[in-house]
Amino acid sequence: MTDFYEYYKTWRDFSFVEYFRSVSESRVAAILQKERLSEIDFLALLSPAAEGLLEDMAQRSRDLTIRNFGRSVLLFTPMYLSNYCTNRCVYCGFNVDNSIMRHHLSFPEVEREAEEIAKSGLKHILLLTGEDKRRASIEYLCHCVRIVEKYFTAIGIEIYPLETEGYRTLVENGVDSLTLFQETYNETLYKKLHPGGPKRNYRYRLAAPERGCAAGMRAVNVGGLLGLDDWRRESFFTGLHADWLQSRWPEVTVGFSLPRMRPHAGTFQPDFPISDRHLVQVMTALRLFMPRAGITISTREGAQFRDNILPLGVTTMSAGASTAVGGHSREEADSTSQFDISDERNVQEMAEALKGFGYQPVYKDWHPIGGILS
Amino acid sequence: MDKSNSNDLLTIGGIGLESRLFTGTGKYPSDAMIPEVIERSGSQVITVALRRVDFAAGTENIMDFIPQSVQLLPNTSGARTAEEAVRIAHLAQAAGCGNWIKIEVISDNRYLLPDGYETVRATEILANEGFVVLPYINADLMVARSLVDSGAAAVMPLGAPIGSNRGLRTEEMIRILIEEIKLPIIVDAGIGKPSEACAAMEMGAAACLVNTAIAGAGVPAIMAEAFGHAVRAGRAAFLSGPGASRKTAAASSPLTGFLEGGTQ
Repeated sequence: MTDFYEYYKTWRDFSFVEYFRSVSESRVAAILQKERLSEIDFLALLSPAAEGLLEDMAQRSRDLTIRNFGRSVLLFTPMYLSNYCTNRCVYCGFNVDNSIMRHHLSFPEVEREAEEIAKSGLKHILLLTGEDKRRASIEYLCHCVRIVEKYFTAIGIEIYPLETEGYRTLVENGVDSLTLFQETYNETLYKKLHPGGPKRNYRYRLAAPERGCAAGMRAVNVGGLLGLDDWRRESFFTGLHADWLQSRWPEVTVGFSLPRMRPHAGTFQPDFPISDRHLVQVMTALRLFMPRAGITISTREGAQFRDNILPLGVTTMSAGASTAVGGHSREEADSTSQFDISDERNVQEMAEALKGFGYQPVYKDWHPIGGILS
Repeated sequence: MDKSNSNDLLTIGGIGLESRLFTGTGKYPSDAMIPEVIERSGSQVITVALRRVDFAAGTENIMDFIPQSVQLLPNTSGARTAEEAVRIAHLAQAAGCGNWIKIEVISDNRYLLPDGYETVRATEILANEGFVVLPYINADLMVARSLVDSGAAAVMPLGAPIGSNRGLRTEEMIRILIEEIKLPIIVDAGIGKPSEACAAMEMGAAACLVNTAIAGAGVPAIMAEAFGHAVRAGRAAFLSGPGASRKTAAASSPLTGFLEGGTQ
C-alpha cells in the first residue's frame, strides 16, 4: 500500500451501523482486558454498547496515561499569523466569502506577538495561517520561524498542506511538528463542505501528514473536526490514520487533537454535535488503542470540562489562547478570530489549576538540537 | 549501610557509589518531590532529560530540585540517531551538566525500544571525547560486547519496555549479560515493583534505574524508600550467595543414613 487513502478505502464501505448493532457490553468488557487492541476492538470501544462501560474505559485510560506520560501536561499556545484564505470551507470563520476583518502579521508584528506570548513562560508555540499561499508563503513562514525561535524552543505549524519539499524546508528552518486536521474523513461530505478553493482536494490533504513524516517532522497531529459527521466513524478513521502513520514512521511522535465545533462567524452549525459524554468516550477509546499517542485538548473546550477530563488521557493543552491574528499584542481589533474560545484562563491560571489537580505544567519538552550545535 | 558491605562501592567513571539505586526526574506531579525521593531512597545518581531542562528559565527549573551532592546523569531522550544523541550530550556538557551521559537513541515511538546500532555509534564517539557513557539497550549480548569495545562505562539493559512496569521480562538475557560482560550491568526500564529490583540485584546486577514505578506511585517518597531497601537487600543477598536449593524435601530418615556412624 502506497498511501493512507488506499488503506482508508478498505474500511470506507464497512457497515459501521451493522457492526455497532452486533457489539455487546460483554464483548467490550473482554476488550478492556486486552493489552493490545486491534482496529476492530477499537471500533467496538466507540460503539453504543461501550457507553455502559465508560467508567472502566476512563480508569484504564488514566492508568495508561500516567504510566506513559506521568502526571504532567505540556502547555502551548497558538499564534495566528494570517487569516487571509482562499478556501470556502462552509464551517470556518476564515472562509473567503465571509466579510470579516483580515490581517497578515508583518515581521515586526510577529516579533512583538512572540515577545508578548513568551512573557507567559511558554516554550512551545503553534503557528497558524489561512490558506493564502501568496501572503503566507513558505518563505514568509521560514522568516517567521527564524523570528519566533528566539523566544520558543519548539515550533509547530498548522497551515495549508504542502508538498514534502515544502515541509522539509520548514523542518530545516526549525519547525518540528505538524498539526493538520482532515476535518472529515467522509469523502463525499468533504466535497460538500469544501465547495471552493485548493482545500477541495480531499486526497491531497489526507496525504499531507505522511508527507510531513517523510520530510522529518518530529511530531505529527491528526484529527477530525468533531461535529461535521457521525463522531463514531470520524473518530475511528482518526485512530486508523494515526495508527497507520505510526506504523510507517515509528520515529515520529504521532498524536491526536480532538477539536469540537464551536460557534464562529457565518451561519453553519454542526449537524452532528458531540456531547461531553461522547467526547470522553472518543478520548478514552483513542488512548486505549494507542497508549503512547499524545492527546491535545484546546481552549475550544470550557474550563470546567477541561479540568474534568484532565486525568482521562490528556497530554497537551493550549492555554492563554487567542484565535485572532496578532491577538496577544495588537491593540487594534481589526481581525476576526477563527472561532470563539471557551477556556479563557491565561497560562499562569492554567498552570495553577493543573498544580491544584496534582499535575505538573510542562513548559518545555523539546529543543532544536539540529539548530544549536550543528 | 550494612557493616559487612561497607566496602562494596559501585565505581563508574572513577566515582565510588554507595547506593546502587539510580533514579529519574520524569513523570512527577511536581519537581518539588524530587529532593525527598532522593533523600529517602538514598540514591546518588539521577538522570534528567535535557529536552525538559530550560536553562534560560527565569522561574522554576527542574535543576533547582536536584541536590548538588547527587551525580547528574543527563540523558539523550528524544534522539533518533547517533548524531542527535551526540549533539544532546554536547549541549548537556556546555550547559554545565558534567561529562556523564546516558545514551538513549529511540526511533520507535510505539514501544520506545532502543536502537542498538545507533547507540553503539554514539557511545564510540562520546567515549572517545572523554564522556562517561552509560548506554540504554535491549538486553542483547552482541550489542553489549560492541559497547564494551566502544568504551562504555556501564551497560543498561531494559527489563521491559520503558514505563511498562512489567518487571524483569528479559531476565534470562540480563543473566547472560551479567555473566559475560565485564562492565557494570544496570537494569534500566520496566521495573515496576521493589521486589523486581531486589530480584535483579540478587541476580548480580550492579544497579537498577527506577523512574516510572516511583514517580507514578501513590506516594513517590515512600515508594522510593521501598526501592532503596529492596536494592540494598538484593545486593546483600548477592554478596552473601544463596544457600543451596532443591526441589524435593530433605528426608528425615534418608536411605543413606546407615552410612553415618555405627557402620563398619
